[in-house]
Amino acid sequence: MADDSGEPGWYEGVDPDDAGRVRTQIEEGTTDEPRDWPGLAVESGFTADEDDYYDRLHEATTAATREAAREAGRADDQQLKHSIRAMDDADRLANELAERAVEWGESLFDGVPGGLDGARALADRDPATPAAERAVSLAAEATRLAAEATALRAHVERTAPAVAPNLAEMAGPVLAARLIALAGGLEPLAKKPSGTVQVLGAEDALFAHLDGRAPSPKHGVIFAHEAVRGTRPEDRGSAARALAGKLAIAARVDHYSGERRPSVHEDLRERLATIRARADDEGAGGGG
Amino acid sequence: MTDLPDGVAYRRFDGERRLATRGPPVYGEPTASDWRLWDAGRSKLGATLAAGLDTGLTGGDRVLYLGAASGTTVSHVADFAGPTYAVEFAPRPVRDLVDVAAERPRLFPLLADARRPETYAHVVESGLDAVVQDVATRGQAEVALRNRRFLAPDGRLVLAVKARSEDVTAAPEDAFDEVLARLRDGYEVLATERLAPRHDAHLAVVARPD
Ligand SMILES: C[S@@+](CC[C@H](N)C(=O)[O-])C[C@H]1O[C@@H](n2cnc3c(N)ncnc32)[C@H](O)[C@@H]1O
Repeated sequence: MADDSGEPGWYEGVDPDDAGRVRTQIEEGTTDEPRDWPGLAVESGFTADEDDYYDRLHEATTAATREAAREAGRADDQQLKHSIRAMDDADRLANELAERAVEWGESLFDGVPGGLDGARALADRDPATPAAERAVSLAAEATRLAAEATALRAHVERTAPAVAPNLAEMAGPVLAARLIALAGGLEPLAKKPSGTVQVLGAEDALFAHLDGRAPSPKHGVIFAHEAVRGTRPEDRGSAARALAGKLAIAARVDHYSGERRPSVHEDLRERLATIRARADDEGAGGGG
Repeated sequence: MTDLPDGVAYRRFDGERRLATRGPPVYGEPTASDWRLWDAGRSKLGATLAAGLDTGLTGGDRVLYLGAASGTTVSHVADFAGPTYAVEFAPRPVRDLVDVAAERPRLFPLLADARRPETYAHVVESGLDAVVQDVATRGQAEVALRNRRFLAPDGRLVLAVKARSEDVTAAPEDAFDEVLARLRDGYEVLATERLAPRHDAHLAVVARPD
């Protein structure tokens, strides 16, 4: 039950003349349930009457939204590149350190689970010896790094759609950021042929193939996409090719126009549906 | 033929009777005295009204508009409605939307994701008369359900469903049926109408919280 205080509206505790603060409240505030804000604002003395409230709301929303849209327009691919690389590093290091700390901790304490959970549990132990002190401290460091990786992921998820709306919608924000980082930026990605997009992140396998040591890779990091992973192995090559083709177009639209283009997304869904239908047909025709 | 909301009327433009509202022009639309043409071919809500559907909008309503884009349709809504909240999540069109809002003192633009109402529920008031939705992305019923919390018990959802956004390969009828079925988890559907030929494979839906 919401008590009388309830969750606060955007105007709560702000000086209406403090534009920066008003903008932060509008943009970053959250509340599950809407309330009668105009009525409550008048009741609390924020404004004299409802008309006055709406005037202030108009001033606040137009200013905040103009700034937010402008800033999103400036959101840049290089920042995104740093964020995703930092996220991957933080993830990897957190796991490495956790493993090391847990391995050490197991020799000192009973019942330490594996992985990051183990590091978290270990970080709460009371060290009795100088060695245990170091192991516990290392576990705490791994835990902090894992939290940083989570914060970086949230940051990537928030910024990728502003940098590349179509790519982020199609690939998901994290994979979109990874493709941009691998290409070195949105513009270089927009200039890559789709065959290159298809194998971005599989450079080792590609060089092995060029040396005649391996078959040509069917996909790089786009393997993480449901369209590839969720397709039966014999059709993954076609799915990866279809996806890479549309991702390349999405990157070009994002770089050259920046507008959301629904047709690219519809085209991809159509192509994938065709590929999957093939599997269904064969499944039916083969009689199980 | 049901009544149009107050502030929406048929006026003559070049000898033809067309839908119109009164307000500052926005996108180079034709005007006749202080009326400006509301092109039903460019606006699903315009087409919904032109089709004679009873939307429950009466004029002066408090409205939440989801998928405002650069403000073409929501500018007409703000002309005849009361306080109007406009949500759009793509930054580019929002820049134009803000310009449209600057000239309309009761139009409030918000850069937000309609799938996450908790990010604007501290700004948008409760007890609204209508939620108008034109998001054209997958999960249109889900968006409507999540934004139900803003409606008054007798408020109206006025929704344009785009079949191709849900499933490009399915027949539009099947996509519509699926959206309607999901919608009924939180709404009573009062009326539906295909918007062809103006908007191919689109369905207008009027519903009330259930
Ligand atoms: C068909 S257009 C709307 C046109 C507009 N209603 C008009 O008639 O002027 C759909 C809009 O919904 C926006 N949109 C899609 N998904 C959204 C979401 N989850 N939240 C907010 N806006 C969304 C798109 O960016 C696009 O601008």
